[in-house]
Amino acid sequence: MNDRDGIADLLARRGVSRRALLKYATYLATVMALPPLAARAIAQGLAKARRQSVIWLSFQECTGCTESLTRSFNPTLEDLIFDMISLDYHETLQAVSGAAAEAARLAAMRENRGKYVVVVDGSVATKDGGVYSTNAGKTNLEVLKETAEHALAVISVGTCAAFGGLPHAHPNPTGAVPVSQIITDKPVINISGCPPIAEAMAGTIAYLITFGKLPDLDHLSRPKSIFGDSIHDRCYRRPFYDKGMFAKSFDDEGARKGWCLYEVGCKGPVTYNACATLKWNGGVSFPIQSGHGCLGCSEPDFWDNGGFYRPLSSSTSHPGAVVGGAVVAGIAVGGLGALLARQRRERAVRDLEAKEQERRS
Amino acid sequence: MSLLEFARGPALEIALGAFAFGVAWRLLSLLALPWSRDRSVARPAAPSALAAAAGGFVRRMWPARPFRRSDLWVTLNGHVYHIGLAIVVFGLAQHIQFIKGLFGLQWPNLPTGLVSLVSVITLASLTVALARRVVSPVLRLISTANDYFSWLVTALPVATGLLAQSHLGARYETLLAWHLLSVALLLAWFPYGKLMHAFLVFLTRGETAILYRRRGVQS
Ligand code: HEM
Ligand code: SF4
Repeated sequence: MNDRDGIADLLARRGVSRRALLKYATYLATVMALPPLAARAIAQGLAKARRQSVIWLSFQECTGCTESLTRSFNPTLEDLIFDMISLDYHETLQAVSGAAAEAARLAAMRENRGKYVVVVDGSVATKDGGVYSTNAGKTNLEVLKETAEHALAVISVGTCAAFGGLPHAHPNPTGAVPVSQIITDKPVINISGCPPIAEAMAGTIAYLITFGKLPDLDHLSRPKSIFGDSIHDRCYRRPFYDKGMFAKSFDDEGARKGWCLYEVGCKGPVTYNACATLKWNGGVSFPIQSGHGCLGCSEPDFWDNGGFYRPLSSSTSHPGAVVGGAVVAGIAVGGLGALLARQRRERAVRDLEAKEQERRS
Repeated sequence: MSLLEFARGPALEIALGAFAFGVAWRLLSLLALPWSRDRSVARPAAPSALAAAAGGFVRRMWPARPFRRSDLWVTLNGHVYHIGLAIVVFGLAQHIQFIKGLFGLQWPNLPTGLVSLVSVITLASLTVALARRVVSPVLRLISTANDYFSWLVTALPVATGLLAQSHLGARYETLLAWHLLSVALLLAWFPYGKLMHAFLVFLTRGETAILYRRRGVQS
C-alpha cells in the first residue's frame, strides 16, 4: 500500500462501491451524532482524503484495546478504518520488528511531519525516569515525547492512556500517568473505556480526517457524541431504578426479572459512554444487558472508587475506625466535663458549709 | 480527586466523625452531671418515673385543648416534616444502601416515586416552618442564627436530593456530590446546634412530665 493513494482509489481497487462507502459514512455520522447531511460530507471527505498516517504506540497496557478494535463482529468496519488510515507503526499488528520497525516509525514521522496522528494505548510510566516500561531500549516516556513532538494530534485510546487506568491504580508502583499529563502542547483526544468501543475509535478518526478538526469534547477531552450521556440515562433498566425495584443479588427474583442492578454495584449513573446505545459485538449486548452492573470503566480512577460490587451510594471509605474513635473521644471529653462539674459543685457545697459553720460559731 | 470522590470519601468520613464525637460528648456531659433529687413528697397517685416520662412525651405530641386553636396547624406542620424526613432518609433504597454500608442493617425500600412525593411535601412543609418563624414577631425575636442555620442544613439535603433525583441543573455526579456534601454539613452540625433536640427532646420532655406528675398535674 502506498501512502499517497487516495482512499477512493484504494477502495475501488478492493471492490468497495461508492454506495458501501456512503453507507459506512452514514453509520459513522450517526455514531458521531452528526446530522444526516454530514454523511455525504464524510463520504466525500473520505474518498478524497489521503490516507491519514497513524503511528500507534503501545505502553503499559494489556492489548485489550487493540483486541476490541480488531475483533469486532463487524469486520468491514475495521477493514475500512484500516483502509482509511495508513497504520505506519503498530507494535502488535505490524509485520516487521526490531530495528526495521523503529525505522518505519521514524520514516513516517519524517515524511508526514506535522500531519500524522499518534494513537496511544497504555499509560506512561514516569517513576525512576520511566524505566518500568521500555521498548527497543527506550522508555515509553522518551518515545512519546519524541513521537508527539511533530504530530497533528494525539488520541489516547483506552482508560490507561486517557486517565492512567489500572497501572495508575493505588499504589501506582510505576508512577503511571495519562498521556495528557505528558503532552500538554497538542490536542489530546481521550477515547476512554476498558476497552473502548470500536465504533467510538473509528468515528473519531473518520471525523478527524474528513473535517480536519477535533470533534466536540467534554471536560475530560472525550468526544461528546460518544460520551455525552451516562449509561444510566440510556439504560433500558432505568424504569426499574425510577420505581425503586432492585436486584439484591445476582440470582434472586429481581435479577431474573431484569430489575435495576444499582444495589449490586452498578456505576451507570456516574459513567459516561455509549455502551447502552451502540452496545458491543456489533450491537449484540452490553454488560448490563448480560446481567452485570456497569464498572464505570470509562471514568478516571474506576479501579479505586470503592469496589465494583458496593452500591454507588455506600461510602467509599470505611469510617468504622473514625466513628469508633470519635465516640470514645466524645465519651472521654464529655465524662471529663461532667467530672469537673461535679468537683466544682462539691467544692461549692464545702465552701458553703464552711461559711455556714463560721457564721454559727 | 473529583468533587464526588471527595464527598463520598473524606467529607462523609469527617462528618460522621464529628457527628459521633458531638453526640457522645453532649449526651455524656449532660447525663453524667449530678442529678438533683426531687425531695418533695410524691402525690399518692403519681405514676412511676418511666410511665410519667413516656406518657408525657406522647401527650405533648398534640396541643392541649386551650391551645388547639392557636397551635393545631403549627403542630401538624411539624409532624409533616418530621415524618417526611424519616420516610425519605430511611425509605429510599439508595439511603438504605448507605446505612447498610455503615452498619450492615438493611430493610425493604419504598417506591422511589413515593419518596420523591414525600420529599416535595417535606420541603414545602419546612418552608412553611421557616416562613412562620420569620413572620411571627415573637418567634422572630427569640430566633438566633443557630435556628436559621439548623433549618438550612436540614432543608439542603432534601433540596439537593430532589435535584439529584431529577437530574436538574448540572451533571449527575456534580448534583450527587452536592447532595453528599449537604448531608456531610448536616451531620457535622447536628450535635453542636439545635438539631441535637432529636436526642435531647426525650430527656427534656420526660423530665418535665416526671416533675409534673409527681406534683399531681393530671397529664
Ligand atoms: C434530610 C434529607 C436527606 C438525607 C440526610 C440524605 C442522605 C443521603 C446519604 C447519606 C446518601 C448516600 C451518600 C453516598 O452516596 O455515600 C444519599 C444518597 C442519595 N440521596 Fe439522599 N438524603 C436526603 C434527602 C434526599 C431526597 C429528598 C432525595 C430525593 C428524593 C434524595 C435522593 C438521593 C439519591 C438518589 C441518592 C443516591 C445517589 C446515588 O448514589 O446514585 N435524598 N442521601
Ligand atoms: S442498571 Fe445501572 S445504569 Fe441501568 S438503571 Fe440501574 S443503576 Fe442505572
